[in-house]
Amino acid sequence: MLIPLSHYLVVSALLLVIGIFGIFMNRKNVIVIMMSIELILLAANLNFVAFSGALHDMVGQVFTMFVLTVAAAESAIGLAILVIYFRNRGSIEVEDVTLMKG
Amino acid sequence: MISNLAFYLFSFILLASAVMVVTSRNPVHAVLFLILGFVNAAVLFLLAGAEFLAFILAIVYVGAVAVLFLFVVMMLDVDFAALHEGFQRYAPVGALVALIMFAELAFIAGNWAIAPSGSANRLFPMPEHVTNTVALGQLIYTSYLPLFQLSGVILLVAMIGAIVLTHRDRQRSLHQNIAVQHARKPEHTLVMVNAKLGEGAALPVQPTEKETL
Repeated sequence: MLIPLSHYLVVSALLLVIGIFGIFMNRKNVIVIMMSIELILLAANLNFVAFSGALHDMVGQVFTMFVLTVAAAESAIGLAILVIYFRNRGSIEVEDVTLMKG
Repeated sequence: MISNLAFYLFSFILLASAVMVVTSRNPVHAVLFLILGFVNAAVLFLLAGAEFLAFILAIVYVGAVAVLFLFVVMMLDVDFAALHEGFQRYAPVGALVALIMFAELAFIAGNWAIAPSGSANRLFPMPEHVTNTVALGQLIYTSYLPLFQLSGVILLVAMIGAIVLTHRDRQRSLHQNIAVQHARKPEHTLVMVNAKLGEGAALPVQPTEKETL
């Protein structure tokens, strides 16, 4: 690999931090929270791929593929839950979810 | 040299679009920036030598997941200005947590090295003279076949779950209800009327549409 591993690690650390920052900033907006989760998973994938390239080991890429699969399934289910939540309540404010007991 | 420049350029665009995803006021713009970020991440994958995953990221993420996000954002009629309230209030604590986290990660990144014997511990070294897709296929269809099939099952469960969650049974559709049809008796609908000579019979009460179905 031509690019040093540490550069990839810094980029993916920044991506992870931006994703966590996004979860804190958009506490009411579930859609942006889910996009932040996608960013965090992308950071994890970037780490996997960078280590795979640096160590010349294929397993990192295999696991990146599994992470991609689980992330796609997660976002599909999350968006489905979001759609029925909006259909029942008419809003997508996360703070209302705390009232969902009993 | 060119690849270094490309790495810096694309990682800068990736990080900038990630910042725009979490800070933009309009969620449609956020989704479009997410798509831009995924495309740039695909280029970074390409630079790291993972060609197949780069194309998977471009096809699956840009083509399916991000468009799904875009679809949901545009379908839900949400007052996004109200959702953006509290953005300033949460900014300091969010920035603090992000800074602490990044400092910790930077400490880790500054103080580690790959052990000299590390390359001996590789599970599946990259085969020579074989393209990336072939090398990946040789792994996922042999050693990782159970996990690969399990990920297919996960996708199936996600698909069924999403359909079951969002499917709405339409009460007004004219579908056949076999149990109701079998329970029907002639006296529910048929009325014998003795009509007098020269007079017509009065019309019986019409059954409602729901009973006939």
